[in-house]
Formats: sequence, C-alpha cells, structure tokens
Amino acid sequence: MKKVVIIGNGMVGYKFCEKFVVSEKFTDYKLIVFGEEPRRAYDRVHLSEFYDGKTAEDLSMSSANWYKDNNIDLHTSEMITEINRENKTVANHRGDTYTYDYLVLATGSSAFVPPIQGVDKEGVFVYRTIEDLEATEAYAKKLKAQGKTEAAVLGGGLLGLEAANAVKNLGLNAHVVEFAPRLMPRQLDKGASDMLQAKIEDLGLKVHLSKQTQFLQGEKSIEGLQYVDDTELKVDMLVVSAGIRPRDEVAKECGLEVGTRGGIIVNQKMQTSDENIYAIGECALLNKMIYGLVAPGYDMAEVAVQQITGGNAEMPESIDMSTQLKLIGTEVASFGDALNEAKEVIDEITYENKRKGIYKKINVSKDGKKLLGGILIGDSSDYNSLFQIYINGIKLPEEPEDLILGSRGGDGGGLLGNVMDLPDDAQICSCESVTKGQICGAIENGEATDVAGVIGCTKAGTGCGGCKPMVTDLTNATLKSLGIEIKDGVCEHFELSRQDLYKIIQVKGYTKFDEVLDNHGNGGHGCELCKPLIASLMATINADTANKEYAIQDSNDRFLANIQRNGTYSVVPRVPGGEITPDKLIALGEIAKKYDLYTKVTGGVRIDLFGATLNQLPLIWKDLINNGFESGHAYGKSLRTVKTCVGSTWCRYGMDESVSFGIELENRYRGIRAPHKIKGGVSGCIRECAEARGKDFGLIAVEGGWNLYVGGNGGATPRHAELFAEQIDNETVIKYLDRYLMFYMRTAKPLQRTAAWQERLEGGLDYLKEVIIDDKLGIAMDLENEMKTLVNKFECEWTQAINDPEIMKRFNHFVNSDEEDDNIVFVPMREQKMPEPWK
Amino acid sequence: MEEILTKYKTTRLEDVKVWFKAASVNAFPKDGGACVKYKDLQIAVFNFIRLNKWYATQNLSPEKNEMVLSRGMIGDHNGVPKVACPLHKKTFSLETGENLNGNLTAIATYPVKIEDDTVFIGFEE
Repeated sequence: MKKVVIIGNGMVGYKFCEKFVVSEKFTDYKLIVFGEEPRRAYDRVHLSEFYDGKTAEDLSMSSANWYKDNNIDLHTSEMITEINRENKTVANHRGDTYTYDYLVLATGSSAFVPPIQGVDKEGVFVYRTIEDLEATEAYAKKLKAQGKTEAAVLGGGLLGLEAANAVKNLGLNAHVVEFAPRLMPRQLDKGASDMLQAKIEDLGLKVHLSKQTQFLQGEKSIEGLQYVDDTELKVDMLVVSAGIRPRDEVAKECGLEVGTRGGIIVNQKMQTSDENIYAIGECALLNKMIYGLVAPGYDMAEVAVQQITGGNAEMPESIDMSTQLKLIGTEVASFGDALNEAKEVIDEITYENKRKGIYKKINVSKDGKKLLGGILIGDSSDYNSLFQIYINGIKLPEEPEDLILGSRGGDGGGLLGNVMDLPDDAQICSCESVTKGQICGAIENGEATDVAGVIGCTKAGTGCGGCKPMVTDLTNATLKSLGIEIKDGVCEHFELSRQDLYKIIQVKGYTKFDEVLDNHGNGGHGCELCKPLIASLMATINADTANKEYAIQDSNDRFLANIQRNGTYSVVPRVPGGEITPDKLIALGEIAKKYDLYTKVTGGVRIDLFGATLNQLPLIWKDLINNGFESGHAYGKSLRTVKTCVGSTWCRYGMDESVSFGIELENRYRGIRAPHKIKGGVSGCIRECAEARGKDFGLIAVEGGWNLYVGGNGGATPRHAELFAEQIDNETVIKYLDRYLMFYMRTAKPLQRTAAWQERLEGGLDYLKEVIIDDKLGIAMDLENEMKTLVNKFECEWTQAINDPEIMKRFNHFVNSDEEDDNIVFVPMREQKMPEPWK
Repeated sequence: MEEILTKYKTTRLEDVKVWFKAASVNAFPKDGGACVKYKDLQIAVFNFIRLNKWYATQNLSPEKNEMVLSRGMIGDHNGVPKVACPLHKKTFSLETGENLNGNLTAIATYPVKIEDDTVFIGFEE
C-alpha cells in the first residue's frame, strides 16, 4: 500500500481527498493529511457567512467522521516544517516524522500584508481564517464599547469588499481604501467600478480610490491612515485585504523550484520539480500564474489524483477565471476576457441603467460571431446563459446587443433558447466540473429522478451554487424528454398536490391520515413532509385542533410549544392585539420565575418563555390558563399575531380604534391552520406604527374607513403588502379577509406564504380582486362559510391537553420513569439562562 | 459530549444478553415514538403500526447531541422505515441507523420484542 501525505487541509486539500476516495484505486493507497488550523477543512469562499451566524461546523466541508470512515488519518493543529526528499519523509513542528511515496502540497496562501510602516500596531487584522474573523469581531466589540466606530479595509478587490461588508455587519462604519483608480481592478472596467461604487455607497460603505497609504498613525494602536498625497483617514481599526501570497516556505527549504515572486512551480501534471511531489491550489505556480479561485484548485486536485493513481489527466494551458458572486447584496459577475487583455479588435457593447444600478458589458468579436467576455453589475441573472455561450462558442444572435438588453418585445424567452440545445460537454457547474451530459445522463440512466437526486450524484451546484437554476432547467427538460411528468406532488408518498389533497379530503370526508394514504398514496408509509401537511388540511377542513392525531403532527404541533436548540421548549400565550392588563403582565412574570424560564419580548411583540422541559409544559399552561391566557399557537402554521399601534383611544393622530379591531381580528382567526404562519397588522393612521404593510394582511385607518393590504411579508424575503381595497368598513374588512384567507388556505402550496402565493397567482392582484370582491368564481359564500365554521369551532389546545389524561401522557420525557432529561445544560447569560452552546 | 455518543452501540439480536422490560405497549403512541430510560441510557422506541414492527434507537441526535429523536416523526423513504429528527429534519433509517439525507454518523439501533403486551429492549449488558 502506497502512502500519500497531503500537507494542507483547506478546500483544495479536502477536495483532493474527496476525489481520491472515489477513485477505483483508492484501496491501494493510504492518505495522511496535515492541517495547521485546529479544525477540519471549511468553506473559505463563504467565510463571511460566519458573521451571519453560521458556525465553523456549518461551514465545514465534511462531517466529523468523514476522514475516519474513509480510513484517512487527519492531523489537525499540526504544522509540517520539514521535507526530506531523499528519505521521502516529512516532519512536524514536534519532530515526529512520517514517510511518503507521494507528497501533495496544498498549503494554500496567506494574506499579503504590504510593508507599510505601522502594520504591526494593535487593531490591524487580516481576513483569512475563522480565527482572524473571531479576533476582528472581538476587537470591534471592544471599540464599540469605547464609542469608536470607524474601520478601514485596505484593498478594494473581491475579498476586500467582502471584508468591508463583514466589518459593516459588525456595526462599524466601513471605509474601503484602494490603491488603483477603480474597485476590483482585476475584473472590472471603469464603468462597472463606478456602478458598483454607487451601489455599495448606497448601502453605507465609503470608498476611497487612488489612495496610497504611507504609514499608519497612532501610538500603540492604529488611529488613522496617512496617505502619500498628504491627506489622511482617521480610523480605529484596519483589515488588510490586499491580495494573497502562496505558502511556499517548506517547499523552498527542501529545494523545490519556486517562482521569483513565490509559488511552487508545477507542470501541467501538477508535478513540482520533484516527480514524487505535487502542488495544488493557491500555493502552486501553474502557467506562471497563481489561480486564486476555487474552481481551478479543484481541477488541480483532480489532475493530481489521476496522476498519482496512474491516469494521464493534465491541466490546460489556459484556465477560465470567470466568476460570479453576490457581493454586499449586489450581483457582480465577470467572465472570459472582460477587460480585453488580449487587446484584440473587438466590439464592446455596454448597457447602463443608473436608476436601477445595472451595468452590463460584453466583448464581441469583430465579425459578430463570438462572445469573448463580459461584466455584469447589479443584475447577473443572465450570467449562466452568457457563460455557456462564451465557453461553448455558441453562435450569437443577429443583434448581439439582445444578449444584454433582453429581447425587446416578444415573449422574452431565455437567451439560450432551449438549455437542451447546449452541447453535451458544456460545463454547467464549473466548481465541480459537471457537464450537461453528466446531469442529463444521471436522469437518463435512472440514477436520479429529480433535482435533489441530480445534485446528490453529480455534486453539481454544491460549490458556489450559481448554476442551480440551470441544473433545475436541465433536469426538468430531461424528465420531460423522457415523457416523465414533472410532479408537483407533495413528496414521494403522494403524486397529488396540496390543492388536490385538499379537495379529496373535503369531498371524501377523511379524518385519518391512514385513510388518505391507503386510498390515494403510492403504497409507502408517509413521512415528515406529507404527514403534517395532511394534518393541517384535516384541521382546516374538519375544524379540528392539532390534538386529534398527534403522531402525524410536526414536533411543535405535537407538543404545542416550540422546540428550541437544546430540546427544551418555549411557550407563547396569546396576547390579542398586544393589549395586556397589569395583572396579566405580573402573572407572566411570576410564572416565568416559578419555572425559572428565560423571558423575552418576541419579534411579534408577545412574551416568550424559554427553557421549559417537556414535563413542565402542562404545568406552565395550567398556570397560564388560570390567569386568563390561552395557547398563542406560536408553534403552528397558523395565525400568530395581529400587531396594533395605540389607536385613536390614546393617540393624538389616531383615525380609528386599531386596538379593538386588531383584537377582534386576532381572536377571529386564532387557531386556524394554514400552509404557513400568518401575521396581521392594524394601524390607526397612515403613520403606520403597526407596520401593517409588512404583514400577510394589513389595515390602515384613513378618512372614511380602512385601507386593506394583502400579501406582505417580513422574514427572509421581505415584501410590502399590496393595496386591495380602500375606505371599507369593519364588516367589509372581515368579509374580504375571510374569503382571502380561506382562498389562500385552499390553494397555496405547502409552506408557501401569502406573498409567494399571491405573486404566483395567474392574473395577479386583479384576478384576486375578481375572486374575492366580485365573486367571479361564485365561491365567495363557500369561503365565508368555511371560515365561519373554523371561527365558531375554536378550542384552546392547551386547555384540551391539560384536561385529557391521554394527551397528558405525551409530556413525560420517559415512558418508564418520572425523571427528566439529564442531558440538558443551561449556562448563565445577562442575568438569565441560555442553552449550552452547540459544539 | 463525544463520550455520550460512544455510550450507544448498535446491538444485534444474537448479541442480546439482557431483555429490559420497558413499558406496556399502550404507553407508546401509534405510529410515533417515546423515550425509555435504561440505566444511564435514553432509548427512543417507535411503534410502527403500518409495518406492524417496533424499533429502538438511541434518543441522542448525532447532529447536535440533543436527546430528541423519540419526538421525531416516523415514515419511510423508498421503503426504508425512518425517523426525522425534530430539530432539523435529519432522517435516520430505523433498520440500520444510517443517516439517509446527509453524512452524519449512524445512530445505534437495538432489538425490540413484545411479550404479553409489554415492550422489551435488548442490550448486550
């Protein structure tokens, strides 16, 4: 068995192992990996998501046991400091030696820190590893506590802009300082840079171009940047992101050839000057270039694996550096020869829309036949198509400008026409080198039957994810070509859609999951997708609570509370309209104290009590019910809150009594089950203090009645509600809302919120008005009656639970013991408690 | 935390030395799960009525090391009976313990037998 030692456990080093594992010859080799970071390889491309709450584990490229399961020895926190080529051994910092037959250097690169006087001052950071980010975050916190807020990022390249956004997200004012006269100078021209600058300045970042820093001001810690032109920028922190330097120290020391400006020289086989040693990724100097993108690194890993296992793959002389990313909420993409570095005679076509912040440029060969490259800022939705045209040399349309202007008039079909017209070897996913042929093949040979399956067996779309829309299109087109209907079935157990199931359950009068499954399923036994869905439909149709058949309810509905991180629950009683008496407020505090619960006002302005164990739930509910509370349904796909402002009773601007009406509406729709959660808002005047237009339904009091808005959404995809009816009275509001909500509950897809439902409704808002207001379909009365049944049959689920010994059995942690779960650990935080952090 | 995980080891029927009397059949929800305490172990037991089978696994979800699997929903994927963890819907085969929609470590499974309407779980020690 031959030994392959890999130095470096970054993205490329990991990819090397991953590709080796699937090689047919894998069992003839033993892999030993050394990484100097304390953790397993993680996704450095998405590093900034660390500040958005992703953990190191979320970013990890593999599961904890992946290496072990594949019999690979992984040494973390271990630095290889010496290579002995004669004896074929490596030694770590402790002097332990390991032999190898093949050595792979995947040592990557380090952040380049320019030799500016003062870069060793306190408050200067680089942006490279999770540890760097943690240090930056800690320092930013310290600064903020001292009232200091200014931070600069040195470098306006790709990574610099990422870093600037990260700094901004830490709550500091971010300044981007770039030496060149434009942003992302290696990818963008002046026009694109101007547009990008305008977009990111809109977001509150400041850009300083053509600025050369002479030294850093400050005694011990940094206080400012002194520029060569005698101006200065006062900052309290600096993140250096001025490029990368290949890590070639250990290679240099053992006598491998390196480039004059660094980088381990390799041939097209990724071999260094020693034929038993390979170098891949950002430490390798290939074609006299260091490639700082992940896709070429992955290709190098593949070539090295093939070479070591006896294959003959080689890297090409020219490597595509196209890239697409979402930067600070702005789409940026460049492909091919965007800056016309080849200096050919070309036609440059530019489209600029300052109002929308869109800049697009393509370089087309003089004869108008070939696309050579381009840049997209602000809207890169055509990137995939343009990239396919470029990389496959597809013939351009008569008027090449159509490629970026869109076909004016006509039905605006895709640029490529049909994705199936692409050649089989067209590369769809450049991160994982997956071709159209592989994607379609996976379906044709039965390996996959849907998009998830295709992604599973080809890995397409698992890198940057930019190709996912095209993978979906190809999958669906292939299925269609094979005569397979593209299902909108809810899961593998039902080929029916939610809407079809609704009708079936209603007409047949089913009350049990098994009846539906046995009569209309495909012979399986159900799953976590179809069970809660059918539970919700039956609750709506039969006006039942979630207590009826609890094993088909989602965990939250089964236990009538929200399961939280450590398996404990949070409890939210209903506080209709947000109005609460002092006595009730005191009761909430006392109950929280009695059960030692963490308390917080929720985003929906109710009071959330956290940290209840399963067996405590009924006890807490009992106390709450005794004090006049009822289930808040905060756990269900049901009505959450109707948020209100103070209203005309107290407010000097109030036009109408928003609180009373908000309470009435909340009590009306409490407990109903829907495809997703529903929120409402009622504002007493156009100052809109209840933010009613961010809700599924919203009311604003105006002269002469209420304006009704529908289909608003906060959350991940915010959307303002649209004006549905004007100056209507309370009774009409209720009539329209009954119809609107019921129509939504009947026809939406599973887990589709009103905003998305409304957006995809054929005919849009006008159609909705025809159905709801004009009763075009003649179903308005049915909808109203169905809603009335639900309203009249409301029952508090908590009360049901504590009054029924059968239901109460659900809340013991063990069925054979009264003990509680001893695995739960709380730690203190801001005078309350929180779950022990996940490791 | 790692040591908690190592306490749970799949037990094959032929290796069972102890049949632990857990509880009456009625203590378990139909087509659902509940948790049984055995020494310092937490075992999730599932009454899969549609298959007329009982399954037992560790209660510990290997994703975040929380004691929650017994509260998950059961069902099948391509005919393989499974449980979905209530935290993030990671699914595990009830037959082999394998993680069906990811690459987490497999969970430990234990033999179950029913005698006189009583549920017994098999352990090696």
